[in-house]
Amino acid sequence: MKVTINGKEQEVSGIKSVRDLLDHLGLDCSKVAVEVNSCVIKKDEYDQTAISHGDVVEIVRFVGGG
Amino acid sequence: MKILVNERPVVVGKGTRLYELRDTLYPGADCIVVNGFPSPVDRTLREGDRVVFIKRGECPAPEEFEALLTARHTPGVHEKIRAATVGICGLGGLGSSVAVALGRIGIGRLILADFDVVEPSNLNRQYYFVDQIGMPKTEALKATLMRLNPYLKVVTHAQRVDEASVATLFEGVDVMVEALDRAEEKARLVEAFLTSYPTVPVVAASGLAGFGPANEIETRKVMKNLYVCGDFTSEAMEHQGLMAPRVGVAAHHQANAVLRLLLGYRP
Repeated sequence: MKVTINGKEQEVSGIKSVRDLLDHLGLDCSKVAVEVNSCVIKKDEYDQTAISHGDVVEIVRFVGGG
Repeated sequence: MKILVNERPVVVGKGTRLYELRDTLYPGADCIVVNGFPSPVDRTLREGDRVVFIKRGECPAPEEFEALLTARHTPGVHEKIRAATVGICGLGGLGSSVAVALGRIGIGRLILADFDVVEPSNLNRQYYFVDQIGMPKTEALKATLMRLNPYLKVVTHAQRVDEASVATLFEGVDVMVEALDRAEEKARLVEAFLTSYPTVPVVAASGLAGFGPANEIETRKVMKNLYVCGDFTSEAMEHQGLMAPRVGVAAHHQANAVLRLLLGYRP
């Protein structure tokens, strides 16, 4: 299926949830914020939140320092 | 004829002299600035002169302070700034500088949260002073803000902010500033705030350590209501510390993004 991630359309397979997508991209869940179709997803909902064909996903990866 | 006295329009009679005006309006003034130049000699005032009477060390009255800010800001801008509430979570190198920048422009109300105290190691980049070491950052920063504008409204929370408390502590803010240190905390705050208040914009920061080019720091819209300032990669770590210049650049990107959002512009 096709999913738009950070503005780029990508073909992904075997991905059902936000958690799957983050694992696929090799991202550390604790350091990211995720928005699916303009809705911010809480970390404890990563497993239940489905990713479907055509979804628009924004993933922000934070680095330390402030 | 019309002149400006302490940023406010005043009508004076033709031939009025400077010292005469001082004795009438500000008899105690011991410092005078005319058209930008200090300590002028007595002379006849001219149409359009800008005169500032100062009593050294004395704080201007609230209405004079307002007039001063209104005159400095573009018409219509100050009213919006004055009506705004901004939350800042984390008062380190980012948060302390954001608070000072927003305090200087007279933001209506600031809500500041941090659990930490001022440590000597903070002084290379954070807006604190040697005589504030050991003080809670909330208290130290509030004292500094009061020094630059005693009429500011500042609410402080000397506590760690977690997912449960964020919605309560920052209820009613028009813009939220994420200014925490650790990546995990940044992610958690942004997530907790935006799930509680999906329509309130958050201005976060990521990637500001070291001394890479200042021009690599930018303000980006990354979600519907999330803006991030930084270069997105420069992480604080060994051999790449946090230093006043670059942290300051990111902090002022954040402060300017807040200002633009309050004025209805896209950052």
